[in-house]
Amino acid sequence: MNYRGPFRIRADRDKPVPQIEHPYDAIVRVTRSLICGSDLHLYHGMVPDTRVGMTFGHEFTGVVEEVGSGVQKLKVGDRVLVPFNIACGTCPFCKQELYGNCHESNPEATAVGGFFGYAHIAGGYDGGQAEYVRVPFADVSPTVIPEGMDIEDAVLLTDVVPTGYQAAEMGGIRKGDTVVVFGAGPVGIMAARCAWLFGAGRVIVIDHLDYRLEFVKNYAYCEAYNFKEMDDPVVFLKKQTDWFGADVCIDAVGCDASGSALQTITGKKLLLQAGSATALHWAVNSVKKGGIVSVIGVYGPPFNMVPMGSIMNKGITLRTNQASVKRLLPKLIDHVMSGRLNPKGIITHRLPLEEISDAYHIFSAKRDNCIKPLLIPPRANLA
Amino acid sequence: MANTSKTFTPPSSKRSENQEPTENFTNVGTPGRIFSLLGGTALAYYGWKKKDSSLGKSLTTAGAYLLLRGVSGFCPVNKALQIDTAHADFEGFEVTSSVTILKPRNEVYQFWRQLENLPKFMEYLKSVKQIDDKRSHWVAKVPKNIISKETLSTVAWDAKIEQEEENNRIVWRSEPNSEVENSGEVRFTDAPANRGTVVQATISYHPPFGVAGELAAKLLNPAFKELVKQDLRRFKRLLEAGEIPTIIGQPSGRKDENY
Ligand SMILES: NC(=O)c1ccc[n+]([C@@H]2O[C@H](COP(=O)([O-])OP(=O)(O)OC[C@H]3O[C@@H](n4cnc5c(N)ncnc54)[C@H](O)[C@@H]3O)[C@@H](O)[C@H]2O)c1
Ligand SMILES: [Zn+2]
Ligand SMILES: [Zn+2]
Repeated sequence: MNYRGPFRIRADRDKPVPQIEHPYDAIVRVTRSLICGSDLHLYHGMVPDTRVGMTFGHEFTGVVEEVGSGVQKLKVGDRVLVPFNIACGTCPFCKQELYGNCHESNPEATAVGGFFGYAHIAGGYDGGQAEYVRVPFADVSPTVIPEGMDIEDAVLLTDVVPTGYQAAEMGGIRKGDTVVVFGAGPVGIMAARCAWLFGAGRVIVIDHLDYRLEFVKNYAYCEAYNFKEMDDPVVFLKKQTDWFGADVCIDAVGCDASGSALQTITGKKLLLQAGSATALHWAVNSVKKGGIVSVIGVYGPPFNMVPMGSIMNKGITLRTNQASVKRLLPKLIDHVMSGRLNPKGIITHRLPLEEISDAYHIFSAKRDNCIKPLLIPPRANLA
Repeated sequence: MANTSKTFTPPSSKRSENQEPTENFTNVGTPGRIFSLLGGTALAYYGWKKKDSSLGKSLTTAGAYLLLRGVSGFCPVNKALQIDTAHADFEGFEVTSSVTILKPRNEVYQFWRQLENLPKFMEYLKSVKQIDDKRSHWVAKVPKNIISKETLSTVAWDAKIEQEEENNRIVWRSEPNSEVENSGEVRFTDAPANRGTVVQATISYHPPFGVAGELAAKLLNPAFKELVKQDLRRFKRLLEAGEIPTIIGQPSGRKDENY
């Protein structure tokens, strides 16, 4: 794919195939690739330094076609799932298993590590909504797909499953806790589902798209409510929790939230802040005193308006990060293989890579009951 | 001196191709070069501040080019200028930068002491060859012209290690009459709490030709400092991660451009 500017994405057959540039690189032929809510932030032009000519895509599986001279674990022909974080594996942050915050893979930044197919603030590496990808540090994160695992489950392990799981994990959920998840996109759906694994007693999901609320109720066995039908979601949640507030709130929306005119105008129209922080406000205001707010939805530079007074005076713990995919993979592969998690159930659309611009449109406009679109490149099924 | 100056014959020079610069070439009546020098410096500096944009890159390149044109044009009289009294009390410029590398001190030291390794992380160095234990031959890259970023002419000099203490310190200096007069010191110390090695590099260079050079160097100093800092950052990444991760070389969907 080729990014041409906000809301303009096209399939590009002329972009050259990437080459090995470093000894630890591998070239991977993509077999499946997903579009993510994070890609929508790029698509909507919300992320600084998103450059025309880039290829997005950070959720992909593939077959190793070529390896650099330094690669030892991966072999040509291996079927791999490639975590969205690019991690060197040796810096102090990688050593702490903060693979999303690698100090080396993103040359210019001091916050986030390198990602595939994201803006140049995340390193500018071309991503997996393509036929071939150059994968740096090929021995560190890419993982051979276990025998017997469905490729559609595997591709969801590159981001959505670990991200949803980490959202629940960061919530520090204790047995019997009431957990509120804002956002019924793929990440929120997975977070709601994973909340049970940590012992939640009640899981509530908030969104404004009825088809997604319907979906999440069935998929994650939870309650789901439409915020458009409430006067004030915070008051609604307080009522639901006997005026205590939820034990844990998860923001699985990020900087593209709707629901507050003030936030939308300052964040998305006037660009006085980095997108709108509506869901984050709701999360902070509806969590109990001393509760935990887990922010998995993405916010970017430069800053957002945050109700610090409430965070301070309620004694809230804020926990947030990019998911550390490699850290969570062993556990999650086990959950998938044992059937406790069924990731591919959230894929609603399967399209050829050539139809990528339609895929973005459908996913962004929430058309056709879309939850998660999957792209299949023309060369995906070569032997 | 004479043979290297060929590489640097400025295009605007009125000298004919095969005529070597002569001793009677002085800095009187060379406003073109001073202009190149100052203009180049300003451009390079401005470009450096905007170095992430392609415009910035071209400006830096252009600026560096003009600057070197200015410098090289004066090179033949370098010697003469060194006896210039106005110049005699001027010490030159010095930048210091440091970085902490998560590797044992002897490993960091050995990597640096193998001078052939330096171009792996020093962006503008093309090659370094050790001539013998103490002496080495350095070749640095010079941008060729503004539009095609292609390589580049080069500038070369010989340097000598003047002092070294294993795992502690290396001091070097360019040989007398070098086209690029410079010297440097790099120190290696243990970082506290087993956090690796602190590498501190101090690099001095002596701008030729008196006041104009001094002014140019002053303007360019922040850019130079940034360069040294970036080189050290690259050194850290090379040692810690085994490579300097970049997207350089990555094709772009934008015509005629990379990454
Ligand atoms: N931290 C990570 O590692 C990581 C990884 C992947 C995705 N993400 C982020 O997670 C977020 C969700 O991703 P996704 O793929 O599910 O995206 P998505 O766009 O499909 O889902 C977002 C959902 O939030 C809903 N929403 C909008 N405003 C809301 C509000 N005020 N309250 C409640 N719901 C609201 C939307 O209707 C939509 O259903 C994005 O910000 C994405 O960037 C983070
Ligand atoms: Zn994603
Ligand atoms: Zn790292």
